[in-house]
Amino acid sequence: MVDKTLATCQEAVAGVFDGATILLGGFGDPGLPGQILEALRLQGAKNLTVVHNGSGGGTHSLGGLIHDGRVRKLIASFPSHPGNASFQERYLKGEIELELVPQGTLAERIRAAGAGLGGFFTPTGAGTELAAGKETRVIDGREQVFEKALHADFAFVRAYRGDRLGNLNYRMAMRNFNVPMATAAKFVVAEVDELVPVGSIGPEDVHTQGIFVDRVVEVVRHPEYLKITTEGRQPCR
Amino acid sequence: MPLTRDGIAYRVACDLPEGSYVNLGIGIPTLVSGYVPKDREVFFHSENGILGMGPLAKPGHEDPDLINAGKQYVTLLPGASVFDHPTSFSMIRGGHVTHAVLGALEVAANGDLANWRTPGEKVPGVGGAMDLAFGVHNVLVTMTHITNKGKPKIVNKCSLPLTAPRCVKHIYTDMAVIDVTPEGLVLREFAPGLSAAAVQSHTEAPLRVAPGCKEMNVPAAFLAAQPTAKVG
Repeated sequence: MVDKTLATCQEAVAGVFDGATILLGGFGDPGLPGQILEALRLQGAKNLTVVHNGSGGGTHSLGGLIHDGRVRKLIASFPSHPGNASFQERYLKGEIELELVPQGTLAERIRAAGAGLGGFFTPTGAGTELAAGKETRVIDGREQVFEKALHADFAFVRAYRGDRLGNLNYRMAMRNFNVPMATAAKFVVAEVDELVPVGSIGPEDVHTQGIFVDRVVEVVRHPEYLKITTEGRQPCR
Repeated sequence: MPLTRDGIAYRVACDLPEGSYVNLGIGIPTLVSGYVPKDREVFFHSENGILGMGPLAKPGHEDPDLINAGKQYVTLLPGASVFDHPTSFSMIRGGHVTHAVLGALEVAANGDLANWRTPGEKVPGVGGAMDLAFGVHNVLVTMTHITNKGKPKIVNKCSLPLTAPRCVKHIYTDMAVIDVTPEGLVLREFAPGLSAAAVQSHTEAPLRVAPGCKEMNVPAAFLAAQPTAKVG
């Protein structure tokens, strides 16, 4: 019987090696695999390249990993959010490399990797400083920039429900980068709110198919995450 | 008298046609959704994967899995849908999102837009700004007409790094509504109490005055005593 489930997040990150490239899902809190991140922080691998839309919050989640000096390079679209003190501090000291990518290009580079494509041409960025040094071509009268597929060693994603086959279902705005990221890494682990029996997620409701996923781990949501609905306050992370 | 930030948002909302699919940037653009006439159906898109977004969630009713691109808790309207980033940016780059309302630091006479990198900014961030500016056919800019140091933001040539060349179609400021045309900038409306000449005096790039150029029709509540100070 196929069983992709893991008991703990520690097991999920056990194989992460120094210098690994990691796709980290989520946009803000929705879809962010926060518990796997905490386990990764304890695990200790360093010189990591992390691909994520932003640069994490304060000194927890991705911000914590950066705070600890474990990230050598960040590939992101919006690392400049005012709350991202850990990244700003290291970036200004020249201790972390940044590859800035327009958000749609970032998503599509990941999708291309998962889809077996070498890259694609996009009009986004043509003639701006973010296209400097990149191959361009005029297609149908419009200048377009070649963007290369973005592969990774690991992808850590978060879904709402998952089963032992690796099928995943997301709630609301959780899908974001998780869907393409789950297709684009050699080893993919999903953190889920609820591990459900095979068949519980209807075929039309499987958003990430089990074929893409290597491991699934059920976690209890961070208490700060749940307070939002019960007390009507903003989460801390 | 110049318009308030809400006044600029109100004026933009008046111009969004029924059935339009609209992405709102951060700052003044966010306010636009509150001023769409009740009898007009307009669909708001958020690049993190929402179409048919409703107002901000009321305190105590936030859904932890539902935020907009500005990381605020939002609601969905009947008929809304949620999706992943590649789908969301297919809507943007593919030209399916019909209108993008964006803030700006500078707009040039030819429609060049600079809005992603501020002078002296330590950490750069681009987000979805370039995809929107390149991909959406109707790029509407909202901003104060001049900087808080009194410098014009509508210029002959942008001095800041470009978000996208020749992308802006219409400019909405606290002083004016201006169209970007192949023949240059055309002044369509000026704020109550101003004149075409007054708007030109705060604009570096030359303005042609449209036939039928008129004073804006906005409720008095949207008029400010002083030019809107906050940049956005």
